Amino acid sequence: MSPDSFHTLYELLGSVSGFIYPNELEIRWSILIVVYPYVTGLVAGAFILASLVKVFNVKNVQPVYRLSLLTALAFLLVAPLPLQAHLGRPERAYEIFLTPHFSSAMAMFGFVYLWYLMGVLLLEMWFEYRRDLVVWSREEKFPMSWIHGILSLFSRDVSEKAVEFDMKAVRTITIIGIPSAFLLHGYVGFIFGSVKANPWWSSVLMPIVFLMSAIVSGIALVIVLYMVLIPLKGGRIDMKCLDTLSSYLFYAVIVDFSLEALDFIHRLYESEESIQILGTLIADKLLISLVVIQILLGMLIPAGILVAVKSMKFDQELRKLLYFVSAILIQLGIFSTRWNVVIGGQLFSKSFRGLTTYKMEVMGVEGLLVALAFLILPFIILGVLIKILPPWKASELGEAKTS
Amino acid sequence: MYRRGFLKGLLWFLSTCVFSRNGVKNVIAGTNPDAPVSTNANGKSTIEGYDPTKHRYAMGIDVDKCIGCNRCVEACTVENDVPPEPFFTRTWVERYVIKKDKSVHVENIANGSDGPKEMVEEADILRSFFVPKLCNQCENPPCVQVCPVGATFSTEDGVVLIDSERCIGCGYCIQACPYGARYLHPKTRTADKCTFCYHRIVKGMLPACVEVCPTGARLFGDLKNRASRLVRFERMNKIHVLKPHLNTHPKVYYADLDGEVR
Repeated sequence: MSPDSFHTLYELLGSVSGFIYPNELEIRWSILIVVYPYVTGLVAGAFILASLVKVFNVKNVQPVYRLSLLTALAFLLVAPLPLQAHLGRPERAYEIFLTPHFSSAMAMFGFVYLWYLMGVLLLEMWFEYRRDLVVWSREEKFPMSWIHGILSLFSRDVSEKAVEFDMKAVRTITIIGIPSAFLLHGYVGFIFGSVKANPWWSSVLMPIVFLMSAIVSGIALVIVLYMVLIPLKGGRIDMKCLDTLSSYLFYAVIVDFSLEALDFIHRLYESEESIQILGTLIADKLLISLVVIQILLGMLIPAGILVAVKSMKFDQELRKLLYFVSAILIQLGIFSTRWNVVIGGQLFSKSFRGLTTYKMEVMGVEGLLVALAFLILPFIILGVLIKILPPWKASELGEAKTS
Repeated sequence: MYRRGFLKGLLWFLSTCVFSRNGVKNVIAGTNPDAPVSTNANGKSTIEGYDPTKHRYAMGIDVDKCIGCNRCVEACTVENDVPPEPFFTRTWVERYVIKKDKSVHVENIANGSDGPKEMVEEADILRSFFVPKLCNQCENPPCVQVCPVGATFSTEDGVVLIDSERCIGCGYCIQACPYGARYLHPKTRTADKCTFCYHRIVKGMLPACVEVCPTGARLFGDLKNRASRLVRFERMNKIHVLKPHLNTHPKVYYADLDGEVR
């Protein structure tokens, strides 16, 4: 720790209100730990959206199926990085794999992650893309023919029987994938929800709230990406798909909001020992991020917009605009949700007698710039993935153009 | 043949992982390099002639005897290489002032060494006292439960220790501790907390804080030894522990603890 950090902590000493235990001054889980559940949430949400097409046969959402898978992969690749960067001894991270402590929710991270990456996502993508990869590797020139050849693992069979098997495999993997996606993000919620020492976190609803907000953020992200990428590729947005996506988004927001409201009312009604400090926490520290950004901007306004779109007959362009605005607001709201959970949970003392302050670094490893980099990196990876594994065929873009 | 070789290798690798857990040795050696440490046949580390199964350590705090001199905190800092900055500590002393209007003022006296932050008129004071705090060495420790790599562990003699050679510095134990007893050591970048001066007690010495306490407000003893001062302390006082509702079963026992203390 640098003398600069000590300087910051000395400054923070002056901004403590009430009494906190001396070791509580430093906020241990910083902005990077806010980014981590946000990113994994996007993975789980995007994957669950993709599953709708295969398991529940929702044809309307087919145009975003591959995009959802690619988005899930791009974000999944980045998910462990903020955790790694945040460790006090990052060079020892491998210990989690070598000597995992099975009573620790966190110890399961590596296994859940690897299972989801290797056992679900990559496998599903391989079967989904295999036929195309074989065809592309035959038709294209070097180096793309090589890349696609390698990615197809040098398979050559594009017979009807083989493709049929691929589709069956995709469906089976998706069925296993849904509980896996639930596990991936539900478990992140459990990491927080199971900390009995912290009344802001300790809640049986935490995993399920995390999961629902993950679905909300995943769908909203895919909507934004679809609306940005299709025009860039020269195609036309499929309004049926967009309307269906927005409906799902709306339902997910309603469920998410209900769960969070239930949690809030339950706490208020039970009015336990911690209620006063949590009230002060919201009033003094989280008023903007919780009440204004998370609830008002991130939930009520977009939900209102989606209700308006559903109940009134707006024309296509206005609908697009409103969907886009809601999806962006929802993203902001879900990021704020993660912030309020992670940072909010560390701002009050476990003595319930005082509050500390979080002063975010800008330049350091656990600072704003690194956090931004981890948020931008998945989009760069997604760009590369889209180049290598195009989510839409030219014919699909063309059909959309003529429809 | 290849398969057999592979399986043999795997077995060797896994057993190395399990038996390389010399946590106790690392803790003792890390604090005091002169301590004679050896590893017995079971892979358990011991001080020569010391049998951890024969002890169960705990601490008693006689709240009414604490005068808030802070010597315990200073002794701990010197003994255990605790960073001098006021936001990392293994032990601290809280000063409680409960006013006649029932409002409660608490402060850490180490932070307020140049006098209390807020002076309370003597006439307004209902009661006032000091409460030493430290790791509660829980029987059911949430920090041990959540440590993802098993770096934090309970010893057979009832102390919760951290193997700083294994800790990855994730901070989960810091979040899980209800007592705020843990911090991330700025030098080692690993979790740190009170060890009951484990390097001293295994040699029959007292923890540094107990050794220097001028009024006997801190007592240390072995629950398995009926002649221990601590057992007598438990017999003679009404005992309370901190946050009993969290089911952590602390082994720091407070006599005459006020209900306002959390």
